Amino acid sequence: MSSRALAFLVPAIVILAFWLMSRWEARQGHDPTHKSFFERNGTVLGIAFVGLVAFWTLFLVTLPYLYMVVESFHPRLPPAKRGGPEDIATIAQYTSFFVNPTDGAWNTTHMYAFVYTIVVSAAVTFINLCICYPLAYYMAQSGTTQKVRLLMLGLIVPYWVNEILRAFSIRLLLASKGLINQGLMGIGITDAPIDFLGNNTGMWVGLSYANLLIMIFPLYNAIESLDKNQIEAARDLGAPWWKIHRDVVIPYAKPGIASGCTMVFMLAAGSLAAPLFLGGPRTLWFTSIVYDFFFQAFNWPRGSAYAFILLAACIAFVMFMLRLFKVKLGEAIR
Amino acid sequence: MSAGVELDGVTVRFGNFTAVNNANLNIKGGEFFSFLGPSGCGKTTILRTVSGFLDPSAGHVRIGGQDMAGIGPNKRPTALIFQNLALFPLMSVADNITYGLRVRGLSRADRDKRATELLELIALPGQGQKLVSELSGGQKQRVAIARALAVEPQVLLLDEPLSALDLKLRQHMRNELRAIQQRVGITFIYITHDQGEALTMSDRIAVMSDGVIEQVADGKSVYDSPETAFVASFVGENNPFPGKVASASGDSAIIETPFGKLRGLNPKKLKAGDNAILFVRPESLKLGKGPDGSTFATPVLNAAFEGNMTHVFMKGAGKKNITVTVGRHGGTAIPASGENGTVHYDPALGLVLPEGKMARE
Ligand SMILES: Nc1ncnc2c1ncn2[C@@H]1O[C@H](COP(=O)(O)OP(=O)(O)OP(=O)(O)O)[C@@H](O)[C@H]1O
Ligand SMILES: [Mg+2]
Repeated sequence: MSSRALAFLVPAIVILAFWLMSRWEARQGHDPTHKSFFERNGTVLGIAFVGLVAFWTLFLVTLPYLYMVVESFHPRLPPAKRGGPEDIATIAQYTSFFVNPTDGAWNTTHMYAFVYTIVVSAAVTFINLCICYPLAYYMAQSGTTQKVRLLMLGLIVPYWVNEILRAFSIRLLLASKGLINQGLMGIGITDAPIDFLGNNTGMWVGLSYANLLIMIFPLYNAIESLDKNQIEAARDLGAPWWKIHRDVVIPYAKPGIASGCTMVFMLAAGSLAAPLFLGGPRTLWFTSIVYDFFFQAFNWPRGSAYAFILLAACIAFVMFMLRLFKVKLGEAIR
Repeated sequence: MSAGVELDGVTVRFGNFTAVNNANLNIKGGEFFSFLGPSGCGKTTILRTVSGFLDPSAGHVRIGGQDMAGIGPNKRPTALIFQNLALFPLMSVADNITYGLRVRGLSRADRDKRATELLELIALPGQGQKLVSELSGGQKQRVAIARALAVEPQVLLLDEPLSALDLKLRQHMRNELRAIQQRVGITFIYITHDQGEALTMSDRIAVMSDGVIEQVADGKSVYDSPETAFVASFVGENNPFPGKVASASGDSAIIETPFGKLRGLNPKKLKAGDNAILFVRPESLKLGKGPDGSTFATPVLNAAFEGNMTHVFMKGAGKKNITVTVGRHGGTAIPASGENGTVHYDPALGLVLPEGKMARE
């Protein structure tokens, strides 16, 4: 059996096993008094659980990463030459990001794509924050239960659809013969269709929309636990609404804002579907470059190196922002 | 400066539920005014209406003679102290106190100066840089008062601010609050379900029940001359003797109770045949025989010795026992449990009131 088949098969087996065990436990009827993990599952099953989770994290998460780290310090070689005399440790894959190995010139294309990806992701994060903060505030503090439930449903249901399908549906909406252009031309705002996809509007919409929920829930959680009386106290002391947000709500929700922003930024920088399907033809997204190195050029070492450059930059950026806004890392990932 | 508060036919409804029903009141400037009533009777609702967080469904709120309709809580000359204080946990004590000044655009230096003064006033000098979480319950209490006073309100609204404190501290804070009120001279509207608090601190008390103001009077009048069965049974201990008025003459009436005909004052001018309740307080009842018409007998159930006094519980007509409070050096010996005891009282201390809703035990 090939190793790739194994990598797909094992998670499936693990999931199936977990599902069977949960069914089995449900059939046993559940005890209202809380018991420890091993008491609940028995020693044998308990060990099996722990073993499987350990296997999962070790073999399916940690080891592949380690493999990629190792890979990124190798030259690109055909399989026959691997382990041979040419297979030496090198940082050439990393330097190739800055200097083109073929002609020795600055690798402006990739560096530009890199900066573009970071800047767009940061901007998308900010846009998402601006959209989600009022929504989350409404859901957490002022909405009636019924309306909040409806809103939540409206937010969640689209996410039952696959990410790529969602990207395509946005593409359908924004295409030159799409609903929005038809509508705009129908009411006479424009004569010719606007190229939403070519001018990257589609990518921005897609990136923002894909991460909406990831921003809303940490914000909602944070704001929800804020005592209503504090908002009223500020109001009673004479604060207009925006000062209430500036002085009371936002400082209180800061950990939630930080964790929402961190996740959205990371996911936006790593996303593939939205820039690929909704971006303009000349838009170079860094994640697409990484993807192409792996699956088009089969240059795994360089792909790995690029992936780590992106990862390191994102982590550095997030840490910098956390420092800037004086949030502790522990609070942000709570 | 202080301003009076006038409630003119104020009604507050939540859906079909009427939380406050036609409240009419005139609270004078500089007065310490309390609302007293059981949980859920609409006290907080009244306070939120005065502070502007709720709009009355009918009627008007006037502060200093000015109608407050359409004026938001941040624009009213009131400051509210919340039931749970609602201090800002992320700000220092000084920042909490001067938050109202900050939103009014006062400079840092002016705010610091004011914070120092107010910390002095609440006896927490030099503690401005502490975090709120580093304070004790009573200190938090005082910070909340200072925060409200900082904006120089004309009316201070306090929603059971002492309920979270322990008994000793509560008694201490009562005196403190009263002293602060006299020092700053503004109107205090104080909400409580603790009658001791209301009686000791207030100039006047409004007793509420189920959204209705039952009586407005000073503490002594509320205790000595309750106007409704609810006030009589809610404020202080009281023994009710329900029955029918047998005859009324002058300012007293005789009421036919399960313990025979008993006499009491008749402030509400009830007539023969009216359903009524005679109230006699435990400390007004005496063991032993008195004149006819204010003496009755009933079995003794048990007695509770409390040091300076003894409560004797005797069998009542309904579920509720009759309590007789006997002083330390009372004359008559307390009968043993199960024996019949004879009790009398001064008819001037009995009160015949119309039948009505009673306070829940
Ligand atoms: N926003 C609201 N919506 C519906 N009903 C409410 C609302 N606020 C208060 N009520 C109802 O109004 C009544 C009075 O409430 P209120 O908070 O004024 O009571 P309270 O006298 O302050 O009681 P407590 O001493 O327990 O604080 C209660 O029955 C409560 O259920
Ligand atoms: Mg209340």
